[in-house]
Amino acid sequence: MIYDFFFKLTNSNFLADLIQSLLPLFIFILPFALFAVLFERKVSAHMQDRLGPMRVGYHGILQTVADILKLVQKEDIIPTLADKPLFNIAPVLVFAGSYLAFAAIPFSSAFIGSNIDLGIIFIIAASGFVVAGILMAGWSSNNKYSLLGAMRSAAQIISYEIPTVLVVLSVIMITGTTNLLTLSEMQTGHFWNWMIFGGPVMGIAKFIFIPIMIINFVIIYISTLAEVNRTPFDIPEAESELVSGYHTEYSGMKFAMFFLSEYANMFAVSAIVAALFLGGYQSPIGYLGNLFGVHWLIPIEQFFWFTAKGIFFVFVQMWLRWTLPRLRVDQLMALCWKYLIPIAFVNLLIIGLITVL
Amino acid sequence: MSITIEKNKSESKTGIRTEEMVLNMGPQHPSTHGVLRLELQLEGEIITNVIPHIGYLHRCFEKHAEAMNYSQVIPYTDRMDYLASMYNEFGYAIAVEKLLGIQVPERVEYIRVIMGELQRIASHLVALGTYAVDIGAFTPFLFCFRDREKILSLFEQTCGARLLYNYIWVGGLSHDLHPDFINQTNDFIKYFRPKVKELNDLLTKNKIFIDRTANIGVLPLDVAINYGISGPNLRGSGFKWDIRKEDPYSVYNKFDFDIPVGQGLMGKVGDCWDRYYVRILEMEESLRIIEQAVNSIPEGDVTSAIPKRIKPPVGQVYSRVENPRGELGYFIISDGTINPFRVKVKGPSFVHLGVLNEVLKGHMIADVIAILGSIDIVLGEVDR
Repeated sequence: MIYDFFFKLTNSNFLADLIQSLLPLFIFILPFALFAVLFERKVSAHMQDRLGPMRVGYHGILQTVADILKLVQKEDIIPTLADKPLFNIAPVLVFAGSYLAFAAIPFSSAFIGSNIDLGIIFIIAASGFVVAGILMAGWSSNNKYSLLGAMRSAAQIISYEIPTVLVVLSVIMITGTTNLLTLSEMQTGHFWNWMIFGGPVMGIAKFIFIPIMIINFVIIYISTLAEVNRTPFDIPEAESELVSGYHTEYSGMKFAMFFLSEYANMFAVSAIVAALFLGGYQSPIGYLGNLFGVHWLIPIEQFFWFTAKGIFFVFVQMWLRWTLPRLRVDQLMALCWKYLIPIAFVNLLIIGLITVL
Repeated sequence: MSITIEKNKSESKTGIRTEEMVLNMGPQHPSTHGVLRLELQLEGEIITNVIPHIGYLHRCFEKHAEAMNYSQVIPYTDRMDYLASMYNEFGYAIAVEKLLGIQVPERVEYIRVIMGELQRIASHLVALGTYAVDIGAFTPFLFCFRDREKILSLFEQTCGARLLYNYIWVGGLSHDLHPDFINQTNDFIKYFRPKVKELNDLLTKNKIFIDRTANIGVLPLDVAINYGISGPNLRGSGFKWDIRKEDPYSVYNKFDFDIPVGQGLMGKVGDCWDRYYVRILEMEESLRIIEQAVNSIPEGDVTSAIPKRIKPPVGQVYSRVENPRGELGYFIISDGTINPFRVKVKGPSFVHLGVLNEVLKGHMIADVIAILGSIDIVLGEVDR
């Protein structure tokens, strides 16, 4: 839809593609990161009997803008003994990795950066970039805390990718597609068609799927939480132990890039969870556009529902962060390898059997 | 020599040559509770040895005290354990009064006890709050500081200062209580009791918190006694020892309160969780003491017994009090002049820091923070 519009406007495939791919970035993600930082500060403040930022703009709504301006002006310090090229590339890589994922996320039926068939696989692959960036940052900083943080982070992200992928695989088994747009379309209708309630399957199989999919949902939520290094899994940047982990030595805009990519990541994983399990951009109660016969309203409503689901999960992440303490590295690994992966495997097996039958 | 050790190690284990890593934690690390520097020798993430380096906050308290007269020392005692200033003054005042052989009015004793116990709650709130941050939970920290704020404002209204009071003087107090103090303290007790429960719900009974603290940093009783550990840390190891009961000073024998001890509810006796939980229970006991003291406080003049000129006879005295952190002892030698010849402080934090290596060996880096936080040291008092 958007592609056609830009194709007519520019009369060039390449330009239309480019604009379409960049659109989510500029329309949504950059403003979202700004919003999320403020949102986090406000959520934490109100949970802790504080007010949070109040000075910049009405109730501090411009606080993040002011922070970014401050960070841009700051001196860009590179430690003398740091590995300069790697040190400079690392934040770019992390930033790119987390923002790349957005290209394949369907915000609504008309608004997707790039409708590739391997959508979900692409997102998982793209988030793999982040690990490389983090390892680079940790190694090149030439700081023991950074190194420890990076090692922990790499171990954690790689371990937690396994349960994520297993759960994603079980969804793929049911739906038979890796295209996120198709996947979302399959969950159309009302909320009982969402994957968390067994998806579009009918009959007895649906009732078997419901508990399994709910367990799967919990698994993927926990493991995505770990993948974006949020409490209770924020061990790589555990402030009280490792100062700030892999980005200890970074300052100025490079630090801001790590910071923004963290918030972008938060939304990215929430979006994946929403797209896979909670019907993506589908409304739970039907569309106003259908009710009134205004069809151009539907994509906008879908966009609203998708963002609402995403932001809800981001809120849950923040809620957890400001409530729970942090696990220890070995406990974290034990949780992943001893509980999540075996359960995910069993679920995968059951779903596989049912789909074959 | 170190090379041969490494070789032995590598041959005995995996055949891969590994090196020990030395990690400097502090003095500017966010969670060493001040300016402590820990030199950690690591095997991966496992600690093989730890050497605490202290002295970054050394302010020559004991030498300063020799150049001051007795009452001028009091502001310096404030600055030792800056989270328990009231209690430092309390201990010093008791020691000098013993040296002088003077009796202070009943009202003064009551006010001292109330202030001391309020200070104990405030100090424990900092200990528990920062411990929560160390474990990674930020919200309980701010809840604790919100409640501590109420205590600090009580202090502020009484003596004008929030941290370093100079309130308890030799022979008396600098000011009497302000007229509304009793009401406000009763209000605070009413306000604070549910907050302790809230803290328990939020943090103490949290599964992750228990996982992080139970069976971690177990301090066996014999080790604790050998190292001279006192206060909540000793009680956490399961020994019922509190100077307020064992060697009562001031008017503590008039009040009814219990000594909570660690029972190993979540793991072994003497683990981090026990030390943490003893502090929570102690806050409740302190509330009981304050409640009794506030409601039976006698009338009187708080400045009448303050000597005009403090010139104790030649002699020496050792007196100890139960500081929020443990046994705080003052050893004062008088040579008959207006300045003390020597003021030696036996501080709990310094003693407790000594046991760190014993407890830490074999734990992971993340546990360093958990254990250090549970031992609850204040560097101002370690270095003095």
